[in-house]
Amino acid sequence: MPFIPHTEEEVRHMLDTIGANSIDDLFDEIPADLRSFSLEGIPEGLPEMEVAHLMHERARKDSNVHCFIGAGAYDHHIPAAVWEIATRGEFYSAYTPYQAEASQGTLQLLYEYQSMMSALMGMDVSNASLYDGASALGEAILMAIRAHRKSKSKKILVPKSLHPAYRQAANAIVKNQDIELIEIPFENATGKTSLDALSEYAGADITALVIGQPNFFGVLEDVDALTRWAEENNAMTIAVVNPLAMSILKPPGQWGETGVDIACGEGQPLGIPLSSGGPYFGFMCATQKIVRQMPGRIIGRTVDLDGKPGFSLTLQAREQHIRRSKATSNICTNQGLMVTAATIHMSMMGAEGLARAAAGSHDKHRKLVSGLSAIKGVEVKFDSPVFNETVISLPVENATVLEALAADNVLAGFDLKKDYPELGNALLVCSTEKQGDASIDLFVEKLGTLLAS
Amino acid sequence: MLIFEQSSKGRRAHAQSPAAMASLDDLPADMLRKAPPLMPEVSEMQAVRHYTRLSQKNFSIDTHFYPLGSCTMKYNPRACNSLSMLPGLVDRHPYAPDSHSQGFLSCMHDLQEILKEVTGMKAVSLSPMAGAQGEFAGVAMIKAYHDARNDTARNEIIVPDAAHGTNPASAVMCGYKIKEIPTKGDGDIDVDALKQVLGPQTAGIMLTNPSTVGVFERRIQEIAALVHEAGGLLYYDGANLNAILGKVRPGDMGFDVIHMNLHKTFSTPHGGGGPGAGPVGVSERLEPFLPIPMVDYDGTQYRFVTADDRPQSIGRLSAFAGNAGILLRAYIYARLLGREGMTRVAEYSTLNANYMLKKMKAAGFEAAYPERRATHEFIITLRKEARDLGVNAMDFAKRLLDYGVHAPTTYFPLLVPECFLIEPTETESIDSLDNFIEAMIQIREEARNEADRVKGAPYTLPVRRLDDVKAARELDIAWKPTE
Amino acid sequence: MSYIPSDLLFTSSHEWVRDEGDDTVTIGITDHAQELLGDLVFIELPEVGDTIETGGEAGVVESVKAASDIFSPLSGEVIEINEDLVDSPELVNEQAYDNGWIYKIKLAEPSEMENLLKPEAYSEVVEADEH
Repeated sequence: MPFIPHTEEEVRHMLDTIGANSIDDLFDEIPADLRSFSLEGIPEGLPEMEVAHLMHERARKDSNVHCFIGAGAYDHHIPAAVWEIATRGEFYSAYTPYQAEASQGTLQLLYEYQSMMSALMGMDVSNASLYDGASALGEAILMAIRAHRKSKSKKILVPKSLHPAYRQAANAIVKNQDIELIEIPFENATGKTSLDALSEYAGADITALVIGQPNFFGVLEDVDALTRWAEENNAMTIAVVNPLAMSILKPPGQWGETGVDIACGEGQPLGIPLSSGGPYFGFMCATQKIVRQMPGRIIGRTVDLDGKPGFSLTLQAREQHIRRSKATSNICTNQGLMVTAATIHMSMMGAEGLARAAAGSHDKHRKLVSGLSAIKGVEVKFDSPVFNETVISLPVENATVLEALAADNVLAGFDLKKDYPELGNALLVCSTEKQGDASIDLFVEKLGTLLAS
Repeated sequence: MLIFEQSSKGRRAHAQSPAAMASLDDLPADMLRKAPPLMPEVSEMQAVRHYTRLSQKNFSIDTHFYPLGSCTMKYNPRACNSLSMLPGLVDRHPYAPDSHSQGFLSCMHDLQEILKEVTGMKAVSLSPMAGAQGEFAGVAMIKAYHDARNDTARNEIIVPDAAHGTNPASAVMCGYKIKEIPTKGDGDIDVDALKQVLGPQTAGIMLTNPSTVGVFERRIQEIAALVHEAGGLLYYDGANLNAILGKVRPGDMGFDVIHMNLHKTFSTPHGGGGPGAGPVGVSERLEPFLPIPMVDYDGTQYRFVTADDRPQSIGRLSAFAGNAGILLRAYIYARLLGREGMTRVAEYSTLNANYMLKKMKAAGFEAAYPERRATHEFIITLRKEARDLGVNAMDFAKRLLDYGVHAPTTYFPLLVPECFLIEPTETESIDSLDNFIEAMIQIREEARNEADRVKGAPYTLPVRRLDDVKAARELDIAWKPTE
Repeated sequence: MSYIPSDLLFTSSHEWVRDEGDDTVTIGITDHAQELLGDLVFIELPEVGDTIETGGEAGVVESVKAASDIFSPLSGEVIEINEDLVDSPELVNEQAYDNGWIYKIKLAEPSEMENLLKPEAYSEVVEADEH
């Protein structure tokens, strides 16, 4: 019986103590007709050795690819120590720190995380994480609406240059609460959010403006101009950023005149492996002024009975388990294990290490783009500075390129056709600092051969 | 000491980043940071030592008995972790094409099928990232169902007063109003009160079974019939699925939509507060509304099901496919357990809980529902002790920590005063259970003779009781360097 | 048993009202309410100039274990708020009826005062609550 320690003797003893004849007796409050069914569809249990064999086989099927896809998930170097420590039983199998005295390890780590995240974003405060970047955006929108007391419209301006999946997820979260997400187009030449299009809403009651940096295309937006527009029009600003990029780019707390109100995004680039898109973690930072509207868990430093410093969950009265239907959100869990890894990662890398990783990633990607754009027929789509990813346009169908290169195990990029048909045949290609030069050469060679034929 | 306080200017882990800083001269200067962020500047070993030592300050399942009611703190099999982190799986990009993802997709599809079967539902989506997100998805599907039928008068969701706070919070996020109904003294919900509030305005009811007070809702079939008759749907909160896994199926009880907490029932790691995974299962009529993505199998190939395949889907809840790595861990667990193993989960968790309940009653503790069977958990109320000895549930909880046991869930459900919700789980041996009961007896004895000792606990942990009021009043949630 | 001053009026949701004359009133939460909530950590005040309806949310009082809405007992325009509560929310615990006052309004409908509870009636509400 896997993981069940009871011996027959112990079972008999326990049943005697209870005064029952069999374990089945313990289910006698449940109507008999609910207790009959078969589980034939579930395979029999396997010893660990066989499950290992099975999983190795399946993992092998998906191995040995050269991946040039970014689009919100990036394969950066993670120091070996990060996951060794994060998967220690004391972190891995600990619960939410509701009994603070028994969870000072996790609580202090989360406090350190909050400190590092606010520093990276140039903001006052951070929470202890949300599920992922996309749902963090949804939560940020809800927060902006709660926090913006003067605006009644519940209208949110969202750039089309923001990750399509983020826009969809945000929509799923807000659509039943009378909130309107208004799409702002990007300029065809530059791939940047159109300030002209934005000017249409000057003077209107807009609750918040969302700004991505870099945007989905890898393009760097004019964040100061966009933030200033929002400041002038009494709209709150929500930044959606790549946290690794913030080690070298101007962070949202320094955009415009006074910085943004809320900064959020996907924390995966900070020490989390790709793992098919999850578990990742969403981060959220804000100004001190609106900290009480921030959803999710927050850890505070305080003292104990002896005056010794310690850490505990704070501002819990806003959360679901107390406020119930008036809660800031329904969120209960955060992404504790992922944040543990990210905090260890950030400590190990430090500001300098993160900056070098970001620059190194940007550098490899430049090498990739330079090789690809040298191929006849391949063009860089947007005339703008970019970070880490670039949109390239192809002289043939996307599908043709993607299938042909996949046959050689080269995953050539993200197909933009579905979400941005107006871009024609265009791929979003990415390379991080982890990519080998040989892989890049392979990609360039295969594409060159294909297009020459 | 914080990691920041161990920094020294210029110190870093040289092995972990590129040897030189690459040029950024292709980026406009005004877009670059002027000054680096304030992060720790420590060596690799300092970071390792600091976080290792922090870990040693935690209670965890691996180190302590952790009978937290409704949290299901069972052993996390290590194979689930190592096998889900195999190369090929751990580094698979979420947008890798289906052709190169058959390994991952087959695991996801298999898990969908297993969860369908064990819960008796018709279809499953694995994408919600936690129980609360699963609840949101479930209520959103109920709304989509009624909207699709133009039945827009239905604006109320019924919730028992003992419900977990995420239930009403999720319903409100979907635009519903809440109608609360009371739980009776015997632990079942008040069916007469239910009849009073049912009507054309009822969109549905959210229930947990076994309920949050730790007992089986005996009239569930009657409740299901009443709600369906009124045109509403039934939502099942799967927090307590561990009590009935393989023994009773929510689908058979009449539920239209359920969410499961894989971080409880399927032993994925609690990780200090997440990540979770909250797959949803539905009956046939809610199938079109399931959140995407899901995985389909056509007999030869596995593939992701997208928005195009499901035009009525409530949409996507995450950027990618939910907490994929967690889903893999749950799948591995399900393969280790198999069909018989799942049934044994319910059997042995229930055995352990009933054993503890009997022994605690025998030791003079007051059960909240003394006439009922424990399911996989049960409630003790310490109101007598609070009244007579001046020592309340919080005090007992803190003193238990000194006895090397993590306290059970306290003060939930809110219905029962001074309560302990105790859930041992099936992976605990009889010694753990006996130790716990012995500790409770000793603490009560201490409370009789030296109440202050209990009220000042804990004494043996890294900190004593913390000033929560100060934490909330003088908000210190990010380290700032002192000048 | 909590303190109930005889010169005030009350609501069943534990707000108190003091008539300042000239159709203005001061509003706060009662001793019973602050006892239930525990040590207050934050008060979310309405803004001067806000128009509030009877039964509408005028603010929030937050303790470590609960956050409760303040339901305005009367309708009108907010003319003053107690800024001291920003730095010292504990004033509501210590002096619920004096320096712990929360906001003042100019009444839109003075006759609404008749709907409020007299001290004896409120004390019955408190007694029922304490069982």
